[in-house]
Parts: sequence; C-alpha cells; structure tokens
Amino acid sequence: MAERSFAREVEDLRLGAGEVFRGEGILAVTKALLQSGVGYVAGYQGAPISHLMDVLADAQGILGELGVHFESSASEAAAASTLAASVMYPIRGAVTWKSTAGTNVACDALSNLASGGVTGGAVIVIGEDYGEGSSIMQERTHAFAMKSQIWLLDPRPNLESIVSLTEQAFELSEASNTPVMLEVRIRACHVHGSFIAKDNRKPPFALSKALENPVRDPGRIVLPPASFVHEQEKISRRLPAAITFIRERGLNETMPGDIPELGIVMQGGMYNGVMRALKLLGLADVWGATRVPLHVLNVTYPLVPEDLVAFCAGKSAVLVVEEGQPEFIEQALNTILRRADVQTRIHGKGALPMAGEYTAMALIDGVRAFVTAAMPALLEEMTPPPDPRPLLASAVVQALAPVVPPRPPSFCTGCPERPIFSAMTLVQQELGPHHIAADIGCHLFSINPPFNLGTTTMGYGLGASSAAAFQVKAKKRSISVMGDGGFWHNGLLNGVGNAVFNKHGGVVVLVDNHYSAATGGQDILSSRADNATRSTQHPIEDAVRGVGAKWVRRIDRTYDVARMRDTLHEALTTEEAGPKIIIASSECMLNRQRREKPLFNAAVKRGERMVKPRFGVDEDICTGDHACIRLSGCPSLSVKDSGDPLKEDPVAAIDNSCVGCGNCGEVSEAAVLCPSFYRADVVHNPTRWDVFKAGIRTAVISWLQRRRDAGRLALA
Amino acid sequence: MTPDVQGIDRPITIAIMAMGGQGGGVLADWIVDMAEHGGWVAQTTSVPGVAQRTGATIYYVELIRPEQRNSRPVLSLMPVPGDVDIVIASELMEAGRAIQRGLVTPDKTTLIASSHRSLAVTEKAKPGDGRADSAAVLASAEEAARRFIHADMQAMAEGQGSVISASLFGALAGSGTLPFAREAFEETIRASGVGVNASLLAFGSGFATVQTPAPPAAAVAVIPAAVQGGTPREQAELARALHLVAAEFAPEAGEMLRAGLRRMVDYQDVAYAHAYLDRVAALAARDATAGHILTIEAARQIAVALSYDDVIRVADLKTRGSRFARVRGEVLATVDHVVETTEFMHPRVQEICATLPARLGRAVEGSAVMTGLLRRVFEHSRRVRTTSLRGFLPLYLLAGLKPWRRRLLRHEREMAHVEAWLDLVSAQIGRDDRLAVELLKCRRLVKGYSDTHARGASKFDRVTGAAALLAGRADAADWIRRLRDAALADEDGTMLDGALRTVATL
Repeated sequence: MAERSFAREVEDLRLGAGEVFRGEGILAVTKALLQSGVGYVAGYQGAPISHLMDVLADAQGILGELGVHFESSASEAAAASTLAASVMYPIRGAVTWKSTAGTNVACDALSNLASGGVTGGAVIVIGEDYGEGSSIMQERTHAFAMKSQIWLLDPRPNLESIVSLTEQAFELSEASNTPVMLEVRIRACHVHGSFIAKDNRKPPFALSKALENPVRDPGRIVLPPASFVHEQEKISRRLPAAITFIRERGLNETMPGDIPELGIVMQGGMYNGVMRALKLLGLADVWGATRVPLHVLNVTYPLVPEDLVAFCAGKSAVLVVEEGQPEFIEQALNTILRRADVQTRIHGKGALPMAGEYTAMALIDGVRAFVTAAMPALLEEMTPPPDPRPLLASAVVQALAPVVPPRPPSFCTGCPERPIFSAMTLVQQELGPHHIAADIGCHLFSINPPFNLGTTTMGYGLGASSAAAFQVKAKKRSISVMGDGGFWHNGLLNGVGNAVFNKHGGVVVLVDNHYSAATGGQDILSSRADNATRSTQHPIEDAVRGVGAKWVRRIDRTYDVARMRDTLHEALTTEEAGPKIIIASSECMLNRQRREKPLFNAAVKRGERMVKPRFGVDEDICTGDHACIRLSGCPSLSVKDSGDPLKEDPVAAIDNSCVGCGNCGEVSEAAVLCPSFYRADVVHNPTRWDVFKAGIRTAVISWLQRRRDAGRLALA
Repeated sequence: MTPDVQGIDRPITIAIMAMGGQGGGVLADWIVDMAEHGGWVAQTTSVPGVAQRTGATIYYVELIRPEQRNSRPVLSLMPVPGDVDIVIASELMEAGRAIQRGLVTPDKTTLIASSHRSLAVTEKAKPGDGRADSAAVLASAEEAARRFIHADMQAMAEGQGSVISASLFGALAGSGTLPFAREAFEETIRASGVGVNASLLAFGSGFATVQTPAPPAAAVAVIPAAVQGGTPREQAELARALHLVAAEFAPEAGEMLRAGLRRMVDYQDVAYAHAYLDRVAALAARDATAGHILTIEAARQIAVALSYDDVIRVADLKTRGSRFARVRGEVLATVDHVVETTEFMHPRVQEICATLPARLGRAVEGSAVMTGLLRRVFEHSRRVRTTSLRGFLPLYLLAGLKPWRRRLLRHEREMAHVEAWLDLVSAQIGRDDRLAVELLKCRRLVKGYSDTHARGASKFDRVTGAAALLAGRADAADWIRRLRDAALADEDGTMLDGALRTVATL
C-alpha cells in the first residue's frame, strides 16, 4: 500500500480516444504506455517516478483487462533484466526508475540488453533526478546512453510532447533493435498539464504466447563471438536505422526565427526554460514564436549530423543549451561541424555554467552572454530582463541571511526511526563517538540536526558493506545503518551476507518500518500487511539468519528507547564474534496514520470505546533547556514563550499534530531528562465503568485539591 | 508567426512556498482547478522529493487566458526571480526564503504570508532562545514586496477546524490579485469535496483578513496585583511586601518584583517572599544603573534561583487542580471524554537524599550501603498515573512536604550557591555595574533536571569563574555576555570552551 491512494488517477488511465487527460507528467507517461500496447511494465519506485509505479500498482483491474504484466521489481537491476522479454519476442516492455542512482544499479543488465539488441520495443522511463528537489548525486544519464548505445529521448516538457515521444520511443526501439531511454526531469514528472487521450491497446503479442512457443537465437546472446558482432552491428546497422527513423519522423524540431545569423540548439527538456528566457529578453513570446531560430533535440542521443549541419550552416554563431556536465552534445556538435567544414562558432559552456541546474537566471544570463559575444548589435533591440540582484544585495535582504533558518527534510511526527537515533545518541554519550556508516532512506535524515549522526552514504542497501574496511581489531566497533528497503534491494547479500562471510564484527542496525518508506510507502517482502497481488510477511530476521548471522536481536517497538539503547550497548560491547544484527522494527507513522486514523474516527462515530494518546509538556515544570528536542527533533515538539517574565528562554510545547507515539516520554525516561512530559489518554465513548471510576477518583482528587488551594496564598 | 515581443500576453505567475506535509500541493491544485474551470490554461510544477518529509519546498503555477491564439502557450516550469506576481508563503520564514530567492520584488509581487512560526530544528534545539527574528522578515517583506499581506493563517484555519491551504486561498481571493470572483474560489473548494464546510469557513476568515485587517492589538492593561487565599495574617504580610515594592524600589522594577513575589508565595510562603525582597533590596540599594536594570535583573534572577526545581515543586505543580484543567484543555477533551494522565518520573538517589533533612541527607549520601539500597529500591523509571488515586496520593503527600523545605539538604546547597553568586555580583556593584548585571544574568545557565542541570551548573561555574580573570577590564561585561551566549549555543559547551580559551589569552 503506497502513501497515497491513486483511485482517481487510475480512472484517468481508462480515458478513451478524444477525451482530455489532465494530470501530472509522469502519469501521462503511464497512460502513454497503455496507449502503446505495452505488454509488461516493471520498475523500482523513487522520486520523481514513484507515481508511475504507484498508480499501476493500484490499477490491477485495467492491467488485467489489457493483459499487461506489472512488477514491482526488487531493484533496478531486476527491472532492467525484465526487458529480456523483448529480446526475442515482438512484445513491448517498459521499465522505470530514478536516475542516475537506479541506472547505476541496472547497468549490468542494460549493457547486456543493449549488446544483443531487442525485437519488441524496450523503453526505459528515466526520472532524471537532477537539480532542485533532487536527493542524489548530480550526474547525467546521458553518459550511460552513449556508452551502451541506448537511444536517449529528452522530450519538451509538456504533456503532448511527452506522450507523443513515449509512443514513438517504442517504434524507434523496434526500428533500430535498440532499447530507448525516455528521460523526464523532476519538474516535468510533476508538471500538471493536459493532452488528448487515445484508446488503450491490448498488446498484440501475448507473453503467454511467447512462453508457450519459445524461440532462441544464439546470435542474440552476449558471449563471444556474438558479442563482437553486436558491437559492429550497433554501428553499422542499428545507429543508421535510428537516425533514419528520427529524421523521417521529425522527432527533433526546428523553429524558425527572423535572426538567421544566430541559432540555439537545446535538449528538449530545456525548451520551456529557454523560451521564457528569450521572452523576458524580448526575443520570443509566450505562444512559441521566436526571433532566434531554435533546434530542439527531443532525441539527445544519437545526434543527427545532417540536421545539425543544416541548422548551423550559414549562421555566425549557435548556442548549445545542455544541462549538466560534461558537455557531451557541445563536443559532438563541434566535431560534426568540423567534419562538415562548417565554420559556425559554437557557444555553450562558458556562456552558460558548466555545472548545476539551468535555472531561469542561468538561462537569461547565458542567452545575454551569447548575444553579447555573437551579435552585440542585437542587444539594443532586446528588453532588460527582470533582475532581482540589486535587491538581493541590499541591506534589507542581506539582513535575512543570518535569520532565515535552513529547513532540511527530517523525520516526520511520530516517526519510529527517531527513537533509534535517540538511543544511538545516548549510547554514544556513554561509549564515545563511533564510526557510523549510513545508507539511503528516511534514516539518512540522521545526518541532519538534531542527531548529526552518520559519516558516509555509499548507496541503497550498501550501509553495512560501506563499513567493511573497518572490520579490524580496535577498541570500538563500526555501526552501520540500513533500511528495510535497502536491505531487500541490495543489503541482504552485499551487506549482511558479506559481513557474515568475511567475519565482520561490527554492528548492523536494520531499520524495518514495514515499507519502502522514503519512496512513498510501497510494500516490500517484509511488509506486514496483506497484499492481494504480492507475497509479503517474510521476516528480515529469517533472511539474516538464513545467510548465517548468529547474533541477531529484534526489537518490535523502536519507541522503547531504553531497550534500544541497551541493545546497541550490548552489540557494541559483547565478546561474541560475527556481525551484530539489530532489527529495529516499527511501522512507518505516515502509513500507520493513513491506515488507522479513518478506522479510529469511524469507531468513535459508531460509539465504540477508543483511546487516543497524546503527549504534553507542563510548561511551569519545563525550564527551557531543550534537552528533549536535541534528542528528538519531532515536528510536533517545539518551543513557545512561557508568558512568565521570570523565564527568559522559551519552554517546550507539543502541538495537536502529536500522534502519541511515546518517544518524548521514553526519551525523557531513558535519558533521565525531566518530569515535564505527560501522556494524556483521551478515552472516547467511555464505558459506564470508566465514567464511574473517573467519577470517584475525580471526587476524591478534587476534594484534596480544593483543600490545598484554600490554604494557598496567591498573588493573582 | 511574429513574436509578440511587447510582452502583452504574459502569464500570471504564482509561487507557493511551503513545508513538506503542509498541503502546499492542495493550494496549487485549487488554483489550477479554478483557472481551468474558468477556461484558462494552467500549469503547476513542484519539486517535492525528500522535502515531503518536513523540508522546505516550492510549488509554481502559471495561468494564461488562451485568447484567440491557436497555438498553446509555452509556460515556465520554474519561477523566474524578479518575475513573480504572487508569492504565497505558508510560514513566515518561508516568506523570508522567497525574498532571499529573489521571488519577491517591489515592482510586481503581492506577498501573502502566514505570520505564524513553525520552528526549524536548529531554532528549537539551542539550550537558550534560538528562535529566528520574525521582525527582520516582516521588515524585509515590507520593503521587498509591492504589497505585503500577512496574518496568522494557521490559527485562522485551526480555529475553523481546517488546514492552512484554505485560509491562504481565502487571503488570495481577498487580495483581488487574480481575475476570479470570490464565488469561483468557493466553488473550487466545494468541488474538491473534502472537508468542504470547514474549508469554506477558513477561506472566509482568510478573505476577511485581507479586506479588513485586524486592528493592532491593544496594549495589555496592567492588572493590579490582587491577594488571594491564605490566612488573614499571610494576606496582610503579602500586602506589606507589595507596599514595600511600591515604596522602596524603583518603579521600573515594580513589575518584575511583583512577578518575583508571585513566584515566591506560589513556591513557598510569604516569609520566603520577604526574604526574597531583602536579598533584592541589598543589591538595589546600591544600584546606580540607568533604568535600574541591575534591580530589574536582580528581581528576576534571584526569584528564579530561590524557586529551584525540586521534587516538592514538581509534585506540587503536577497535582494542582488548575493543572488538571489545563491538560484537559490542551488535549481538547470535552465533558464526554475521560482523560487519564501519566507522568514520566525517574527518581535518582541524589534527589532522594536532597529531599531528606540536611544532616540525614548528608549521612545517607556518605554511605555506600545506603545509597546502594536506595538505588535498588527507588532508582527506576516510573510511570505515575496522576488521575488515579494510587498515583496521585504519593505526589500529593510529597508536595505536602513544602513547610519543611527550608530544612532539607537541597535547600542548604541551593542557598550556599545563591550566597556565593550574589557575593560575586555584589563585589562588582559600584566598581563595574555592567559586569554585575551580566553576572546576575548568568543564572539563566542553570536549568533543567539531572544531567542537564549538572551541565548547566558547570557552565555557570565556568562563566562566572571567568569573572576573576576579567574583573577590572573595561570589556569585562561584554566578555561575560559573550561567554554566556556561547554557553547557550550548544549542549556540550564546545563553543564555551573555545570562548574560554580566548579569554585565557587576553
């Protein structure tokens, strides 16, 4: 079960020819896959393409009707391998993941797939996680396409273009027997727009038909001598076929303009940004008309030399707008023009920054720098673009620099991972700082305040293996952290198996929140819920014991901070050999709330006795030292003015977003903090016995309270 | 087609600054739905990613009327700094962030911000007051925006049982910056079908706040101190203390002294209040500072020092009737609910010994056998249910030890600490009054319970200890202030250690 329900979006997948689809870019891709007669879809969730996976997971009905096989793959490597079905059979397949993180994982399969080539259209939907909003290292997928000879599409970021390119990607793949990547950037994945839908198509060649009538061709298998033939074939047959298809279909677009001396060549994904920059400079309008001719590469690999030569010939200068580094397209264009002996000057990196996202300001500055260098006379006809820099340099805005605090992502209210790191902090207070190898997942937020724990992150499920070098004799042990998502993606073998085999002595904390939580709460092997279409409830403990781990502790309530702390302490100090595996397990609070809140409210409405716990702080007992916050960082635990002139520092306060997870009380107990915290259990629809009991207690207690109050001298 | 380079056709550009989990996407979707319903072309984008987990994030919307053109508009997927018509910030610091990003400019931007604060972890975690200065953002916003609309949209929404998207949507409608009528906004909320009534009420509040901004808050009237409870003799003694404050202290210090008296009688009794006044008076008599800041600070800090947080105080506060009522209010319990309250206690041997008569306490502390025994019997985490008689009565009885407090070991130690501190202060009065004030303020370092308290006390000792090195220097007071700020900046005292090393080199 994913974090969000996609019931409405699933209905959008049913839209027929002529109807208007309104929605997100990545959902438009999903619809385009069904319109293309795709036979199977696989992938690994992750921003910005999670919604493709989530909506298909909720769309079992439609997939069943169409006969489309859908898999939530164990990893991107598994997803990429799925495309093997299109090698021998005319079946279209699509896979998806976030890139370059996922492409790195998928590479083994991708290289083999690209070597032998495909028969049915094989499309890889790449969520290019680059620039603002990205959560991974900043690299380009472009390099992967080039090294393996996989074609790379980079459509203009509007739904019509994205859908049209998705459909044609399959045809290109089939025409050139080559897998095709469809690169969609973060903003394009999340852009809301519309397009005119077509009917969904049933795959013309069923997977069952292939399974029942297998065919083989050793020439498609990657083993010498075929592998040598494949490389030649890529160059002699598949590349020309692709270029012919791209030209015939006009996949790349040229927009004319009245300044023929100049031109701009750009990745399709850059089009809207470039157009806005041109508009603000007075060189284009919002309806797509431009004064500078444009050549838009909806296919960024391979390039089509003839088209580029034709566009550039006769121009004095051309600007290449290519986001990221290194500048593959710019280098290739220079080579193409040199070979054709075209003397047009190429501007690119230099006018534009070599590294980093091409923001609006970068593009405006880049185009201006290009015009200044290539055709200064044009500057007079241009309009001055908006420029907030003088304002930003002013004292009144500069004064904000020390004021506005950073707001990095963090653990949600009630997150079960918070107490794990509270406990780790407490253990380190006792045993001193340790080397902590972090992993990918929500638990990586431990590196931010207030915990500031973790030294490296090497990849998804690689937490344990990234501590491998530290398995030496020393007075301290390494601690590594890994989530359940990472564990099943990679960590079972490369982390735990590796640690058992190499006789590691370090501590491995497996954070089991019952989902792949960071990517949106998708089910995985060890998820506890029943899932109609997947096999779940396979305990992590069985798996680690299965690969030979002996020292294994399972904590089924991470909020028990004292137990968590003591278990970590034991793991760090025990004499026992081998890796010390701690499985810290509690359900992701986002998912739990989503599941339980409606049930709770419904039960209250029905009149059932329900108890809702909530935490609070007695503000007159709190002294404003904020030790509790340094061990928690919960969004619902904040500070406020005490209203008491004698208390200079704000006191702790818990707001009504508190979900009553219990961490506050447990931390204050385990760390012996202070007695300010209380838990209030609010009993809805109390039974007669509840009311009777409370009545008696209240009678006695309030009599005692009144008695004491009467004697209490007060200054109101 | 020739481009319309005059820029007549220009989309309306809107940036929404939000925090993950706050529903910024809902607001963006409402704007899009409304515009599309009105026949406009609308585009929204976002880069949520990991920011969905409580981080800062931004949604960007462009709206344009398709007019008679037969081509589709090319809309931007990201805001252009300096070219944003409307910025909606769902929290005040996020408004500041928008200004820093150049999204708010005086020629174009209407900035609609909720003035409430959702504190970032770095603000909350400081041992002192790490909260960012809201006034700086308000001042920048007035300068940077063409029009700046701000109100506590969060409280407005919560007051109607709704979420902030609704009140912000109302403020957007009220601002009149979009060419849609109020009905179109409200129809959009109705069409969304979730929590419609509450959303419409919050929308109405947001709308109204722009149309008729709330009048500036009236100055809080000073309520004359009224004496309540106790015996007539105690009341008379307290009245005498109030009279002393009025007659013998500088009027500037009156308010703080009355706060001190209030705390003293609440903490102990009226005799304790007089003892407090005597201690303050001893310093105040020699106060030659402008505005009598020495007296004011003495009134505050001595009150804090005398009302040290011991187990009797905690038990007293936890068992009061007013506290029971406050808890019910905080958890929004109504008469139909039963509320059970659980306290998290962790008594330690130190606290038990400190709650014994001074001589006995010292004897027990000195005996390894006794402390070992006490540790085994008492030193466990305890969850005390104060709404049950079994949990309430022990605390109630503990609070009843108040009359004996002055004979207990803890009191003896606290008073020794207070004497030493006030001697240090007193020695500087007349010599370096600013230093005396700064030394008074150092009491702020001692707070918290158990380990936190011990760390605070150690910081207090180190900072006040530096006074000996610094006394006589013209900048001694500034150094003590710097040391205190350093001590409040982090928990371990790393900053303080660094600052102390600097002091040692002076």
